[in-house]
Amino acid sequence: MKAFRADPELFRSRREQGDRADLSVDGLTLRFGGVVAVNDVTLRVRTGEFLSVIGPNGAGKTSLLNCITGYYRPQEGSISFNGRNVTHMHTHELVREGIGRTFQNIELFPGMSVLSNLLLARHIHYRYGFLPAALFFPSARREEVRHRRIVEELIDFLEMQSIRHRLVGSLPYGLRKRVELGRALALEPKLLILDEPFAGMNLEEKEDMVRFLRELHGEWKRTIVLVEHDMSIVMSLSERIAVLNFGEKLAEGTPGEIQDDPEVTRAYLGPSEEG
Amino acid sequence: MARLQFHPCGNYRESYGEELRIFETDYGRAALLAGLVLLFAVVPFISSAYFLYVINLAGIAVIGAVGLNILIGFTGQISLGHGAFIGVGAYGAAILATSLHLPLFLAVPLAGCVTAAVGMIFGIPSVRLKGLYLAIATLAGQFIIEYVLIQWEGLTKGTMGIVLPQATLFGLPISGDRGFFYLIFALAVFMTWTAKNLFRTRSGRAFMAIRDNDRAAEGMGIPVFPYKLLAFGISSFYAGVAGALWAYYTMSITPEPFNLDLSIEYIAMVIIGGLGSITGSVFGALFISGLNEILRSLFDLLTNLPLLQGMELNPAALRQFVFGLAIVLFILFEPKGLAEVWRVVRSNFRLWPFSY
Repeated sequence: MKAFRADPELFRSRREQGDRADLSVDGLTLRFGGVVAVNDVTLRVRTGEFLSVIGPNGAGKTSLLNCITGYYRPQEGSISFNGRNVTHMHTHELVREGIGRTFQNIELFPGMSVLSNLLLARHIHYRYGFLPAALFFPSARREEVRHRRIVEELIDFLEMQSIRHRLVGSLPYGLRKRVELGRALALEPKLLILDEPFAGMNLEEKEDMVRFLRELHGEWKRTIVLVEHDMSIVMSLSERIAVLNFGEKLAEGTPGEIQDDPEVTRAYLGPSEEG
Repeated sequence: MARLQFHPCGNYRESYGEELRIFETDYGRAALLAGLVLLFAVVPFISSAYFLYVINLAGIAVIGAVGLNILIGFTGQISLGHGAFIGVGAYGAAILATSLHLPLFLAVPLAGCVTAAVGMIFGIPSVRLKGLYLAIATLAGQFIIEYVLIQWEGLTKGTMGIVLPQATLFGLPISGDRGFFYLIFALAVFMTWTAKNLFRTRSGRAFMAIRDNDRAAEGMGIPVFPYKLLAFGISSFYAGVAGALWAYYTMSITPEPFNLDLSIEYIAMVIIGGLGSITGSVFGALFISGLNEILRSLFDLLTNLPLLQGMELNPAALRQFVFGLAIVLFILFEPKGLAEVWRVVRSNFRLWPFSY
């Protein structure tokens, strides 16, 4: 048996290509009517980095991610990825640029199997025309098998072998989160954006997910942006942390710096009695 | 594979290629082969002319229903204009055959392409509208097309209708019900197969993604709106081919049959057959076509009863009533349609006589 687990071809090839994933967000402002969801946020993500974005509820974390992934249109500021201005690109174009994400409230395709969900994420990588597919030429069959092989590597990596044919709608919550990570990885993103992948998980599920993220970042050199509320996870995984509060960037630094930052403590715990 | 696999008691596949097959077991493949042999070699020779006529219309309905299921069942875009699209196909073929004197093997696919273009135009509202709102927009399409078919007399000859020339395929005249049987069913089988292929490859999966969650589909790199239009185009292409065959088969066409009733009939086929199932649309088309004929003979029977002779029975109303009843019953008792019934029957047989 081939030991995919040790070195998935998908990650190896991407690592050898030395994926660049430099994201810079400059002066980004997003308003909904009178509400300012994101206010003049400037942020850098460097290739190979693990950056976490934290902040109290309603701080604008998900809004920021939605701007980066093209779901929201910011009114001011710019976003560039690998030197290209991507501020006004559509989501599906950004996926081709190499930005893949998971969603806070799982957005899978419940009527399809785990396998189909992952194959679907290969959409932009398929190399066959419409007619060869409709007539199922040998070329189409080969292409299907090629992608199946890639997806199976991911299934092995994420330990989902036993559920590959299950309908996603019938899976428990924790596994759905895992399928969603797999689906984002099947996109072969240069920059992987994870919106609260640990939310609602029990301890074992969290441990598994931490293990996957550690491996993705450490071994496979993926660039990751994580939004998460669980501080122990954030502190142990991240290289750098950005803190948002009321749409503004409050602080940025290493986990140690953030833990000692009085501003951050105040945002989370309220002003201290003496202060 | 060394041995034929009939009764699977587990998944013993050895390559990903094997998993791509349409049928899980050789038994399924053998059954399909036997069915096709029966269909093409036996049915046309033992059927009466009337029965063959009914079967031919059912075959045309199969093509149309598969097309509509691609749109409604797989892409989740409700269309109430399918009947009109079939009309566009019928008129497309008729006009291409009479004005441009195109042969059948060109006129049928071209009529399909024309209908695909028309379908994509009427699919444009899907950029903003979903669900019931889209249904209403396509309903408008139905009425606009009906109106054009009747009023654009220069092209469609209005209510006079068009008479088509004798159908010939590469010089051979296709005559009689038997000739058309082969034409219709060769196309029906081929187009059902391509639809099956569509949903084990890239574009079909994109359609299903749009149906299940269009926000996430966008996040998977699928441009949602072009794919919705593509679904409208493919679905209308099927409708166009069905309409073109109808036109050639009935030899003369008028705008009347392509009304809202026909659209509803096709929706009934798709719902009763099973949304999101190609096999289901085939069953649904056969079921509704059969029901149509049964109702017709039942109606003849009823009107000849001395008891009912004084009453003025309306066949159209009876038909609509029974169709409505069938849809309601299926939605209540088997929402997944005949495809699910078929699956249950098969799995019962597989376990027979030892049901767990």
